[in-house]
Formats: sequence, structure tokens, C-alpha cells
Amino acid sequence: MATQHSRAAARLMISPAVLLLLGWMIVPLSMTLYFSFLRYNLLMPGMEEFTGWTNYRFFLTDPAFFAALTNTLLLVGGVLLITVIGGTLLALLLDQPFWGQGIVRIMVIAPFFVMPTVSALVWKNMFMNPVNGLFGHAAHWLGLEPYDFLSQAPLMSIIGIVSWQWLPFATLILLTALQSLDQEQLEAAEMDGAGAVQRFGYIMLPHLARAITVVILIQTIFLLSIFAEILVTTNGGPGTASTNLTYLIYMQSLLQFDVGGGSAGGVIAIILANIVAIFLMRMIGKNLDA
Amino acid sequence: MARAATTQRKAIVTVAAWIVGIAIFFPILWIVILSFKSEGDAIRTPLEVLRAQWTLESYTTVQERSNYLRHFWNSVVLSVGSTLIGLIIAVPAAWAMAFVPGKRTKDVLMWMLSTKMLPPVGVLVPIYLIFRDLGLLDSRVGLVIVLTLINLPIIIWMLYTYFREIPGEILEAARMDGATLRDEILYVLTPMAVPGIASTLLLNIILAWNEAFWTLNLTAAKAAPLTAFIASYSSPEGLFYAKLSAASTMAIAPILIMGWFSQKQLVRGLTFGAVK
Repeated sequence: MATQHSRAAARLMISPAVLLLLGWMIVPLSMTLYFSFLRYNLLMPGMEEFTGWTNYRFFLTDPAFFAALTNTLLLVGGVLLITVIGGTLLALLLDQPFWGQGIVRIMVIAPFFVMPTVSALVWKNMFMNPVNGLFGHAAHWLGLEPYDFLSQAPLMSIIGIVSWQWLPFATLILLTALQSLDQEQLEAAEMDGAGAVQRFGYIMLPHLARAITVVILIQTIFLLSIFAEILVTTNGGPGTASTNLTYLIYMQSLLQFDVGGGSAGGVIAIILANIVAIFLMRMIGKNLDA
Repeated sequence: MARAATTQRKAIVTVAAWIVGIAIFFPILWIVILSFKSEGDAIRTPLEVLRAQWTLESYTTVQERSNYLRHFWNSVVLSVGSTLIGLIIAVPAAWAMAFVPGKRTKDVLMWMLSTKMLPPVGVLVPIYLIFRDLGLLDSRVGLVIVLTLINLPIIIWMLYTYFREIPGEILEAARMDGATLRDEILYVLTPMAVPGIASTLLLNIILAWNEAFWTLNLTAAKAAPLTAFIASYSSPEGLFYAKLSAASTMAIAPILIMGWFSQKQLVRGLTFGAVK
């Protein structure tokens, strides 16, 4: 139905958005790529020269890279495990009829709206601080030694904080998916003698599979780039115990002024994120046809 | 019999759900309580904290010592500004793709989404250097540009999924009646699209308000929004629990309220329409 005229108008209306995003993508990306092959340190201006793959070799053989890669995987994996399992259980609970559904729902979603620096600092000081934190008080009250979470188990503590932030997201999406489940199908299964576990395993879980995949993919994209939580709690330490890839590249580029090395790290981070992105895009693309 | 069983079951679920809900909400509740206590009381044991005198002093000290309102205003300018500019760019684009779909519309949409998958740290260095050379570091203008660009794909996608649900026949009918493109957008599409645009607006203000990679890396003192201001409490001097709580409470309260209003649209916006 679209006429020649409306096609031209449509193209005109899309072009600002396309041009801006194209610029946002191509300009910095090509600069990152270019810098990654240079010896370029902001402390030594005018000394830039082409060095081939040297930056990549240094970055990839740095023990900190291996530690950061492991931490990134543990952080993403740990948070996914907690939020997907916890979110499924919470969604199943909240999907039942009970008094005060609206209020409980609001309370469960709330952490998602708390800015990362606030949630990290609140957990760090008000809960995990061994002297004045609530966990410290609780340990004292129980007659136990207070535990210094962020210096003795930094990565685990950050996984805990980030999980608190993302549990609402998983819960909300899984709850939405559960509510679109055909109730009659569940009732029919119950009539046929299917127990609660069977109903969950054979009807609910297959129905939730798609939502769970979406949760995993979207969270992975965000979790690969966790930054503020690490910056305000541990600064990546002690040593590299809680440094993830994002934080390592940040340190190399903006704290050590090593533009070349940081850029090589950036290219590697982009490649890793792309692997996840391809799967996510396929999922969403399929939905577009439906 | 069955009725009694369901009531009993409902009671058990109610207790369980409330316990879990309060546990998850507790950290937020706790900072709200601490924000109304004096610094000396805020580090006492929980029971002593609850019994201590209520006071507003933390709120006034936060403002006096650090000009809190300036950072709050920065957050407002950055989140609302970037969202409005984003909408101005995105509404026509989403409109065109939803109502005049071409062969490559799907590819364009997927490509836009792919820009969102780019890890920010991958372009940190060039953006930092460009900003340094253009004098945009620690400026609100610079951050509005970045926040607009990083949220543009989400804005376009959300609007697209809303616009697609508007029946195209209505537009054709308007066209038959002699409506121009301008009339079409102004009098037919806009009233039908307002709810979708409103929830897109809300969700994006929330996302921009809480954005904590670029705001932390590209600001120092002048243009720092609340995310960056609150990060300065990571290496404080002296007692600060009550002040941190007051600063945090004011930083999250507006977003919590907006978030509760937009919770239904949240799922759709954050999953790019994959879960509705």
C-alpha cells in the first residue's frame, strides 16, 4: 500500500537515528581498533608508534587478564545461577493467590530501581562492614567472629550484591511469563493426577524456557559490564581477586594511561560480548517474525 | 472442605510471600530508617538504632556540606534531557518502521539492537579522548549526548513494539479522508501512541538516572550526577552512615516511585518485546 512518496518520507524519518547510531558505532570502534595496534601512553605524548600485535600479546599473557576472565565468568555465572533459580522460585510463589499481592510485588521489584553505586555502598557499609554492619552485629549477637566479607571473599560478596539487584528483573519477567500460562491446561493435568512436581516439570518449565533464555541473555549483556559495584566496594582487590574484564581495561586505560593496551583489551571484550549477542539477537529476531 | 483448604493455603502463601518480600526490600527500608537518625546513633546495634531519636539533620548536612541539590539537578537534566532528545529522534524512526515497513526494516532494527550489545568499556578510551579534546569531560552536554546514544536503541525498540499494535487501517482511513502526513501524526497517531510513548519515557528516565559507567568515567565534580556523587562515599572521612543514607534515600526515591508506575511496561521494554 505504501506509495513512493511515503517510502521516501519513511527513509527520511529513519535516517537521523541510523546516522547517529552508525557514527556512535563506527567512529569509536575504529579508533579502539587503531589504538590497539599502537604503542600509545598518555604520559608519553608524541611517542606513538605502530607495534603490531604487541598490545594483544601483553594483554593476553598478563596473569591479570586470566584472573579477570575467570572473575568475569564467575561473576556472570554466579549471578545468573542465583537470579534464575531464585527468580523462578519467587515467581512460582508470587503467582499464587495471597493477600497483599500488589504490595509484595512492589517490594520485590524495588531493588532493581536502586542505582548501582547506592546498592553497592549500602551493602558494603550497612551490612558487610565487620564492625558496624548488620551482619557484624548479628555475628556479635550470636557470639561468632565477625566476618570481613569484602576483604575475605570479595568476589562472592559482589556476586551477592549484584544478585540482589538483578533478582527482581528475573522474577518480574518469569512472573509475567507464568501469568500467560493457560490455567485450564494446569487444571486438566491436575485432574489427570499430575502432582505439583510433574506439573512444574512438564508444563510450567517448558512454558518458562523461553523467558528464562531471555533473562539469561539480557542479564549476561549487562553483567559482562559490571563496573560501578566493583569501583565503590573493592577497587578490584585485594590484588586482582575481584577484578573483572571491564574493570581491568578501565584500570589499564584511565589509571595507567596505557591507551594501546586498554584498547587491545577493549577489542577482546567486544569479541566476548559479541558471542553472547549473536544468541540473543537470534532469539529476539525470531520473535519479530511471529 | 475445599474452601477451607484454599483459605488455609492462601494464608500460608501470604505469610511466605510477605516474609520474602520484606527480606528483599529490607536494605532499602533500613537506609530510610538510618537517614532519619543522627550520625552517632546510626552505627549502633539495630535495636538501639530503632530506639534512637528521629531527626532530619542528615538531610540538611548533606545539602550544606556537598551541595546535594546541584548533583540532584544534574541527574534530572541528564536523564530527562537525554530521554527527550532520544524521543525526538526515535519517534519518527519507529513510526516509519512500524507503518511503512520495507524489505530491510527488520535488519535495521536488529542492527540498532546490536549497537546496544557493544560493551561500553570497548569504546571507553576513544570516547574519553574525544571528550578531552572537545572539552566535553565533566560537562552535562557531553553526558547527555552519550546517554542519548546508548539508550536510543531501547527507545526505538519500545516505541516500535507499541506502534506496531496500532491498526494501520485507521491511518489509511485518515489518509482517505484527506489527512496529510502531518495531520496523521498529530491527530491520529499521537493520541493512540501517547500511552506507549509515556511508558518509554518513564523507563528511559529510570535507565539514564541509574546509568553508572559513563557518568562515573566522564564526570568529576561539576557535572556529576547522583550516581557519581554517591560513589564519593566509598572513601569517606569520619562517620557517614546517616549522611550516606540520606543522600541515597533522596537519590532513589523519585525513581522508585516512577518504577512502580511503570512496572508493567518494564518487562516489555527490557526484553525488547520478547516477553509481554
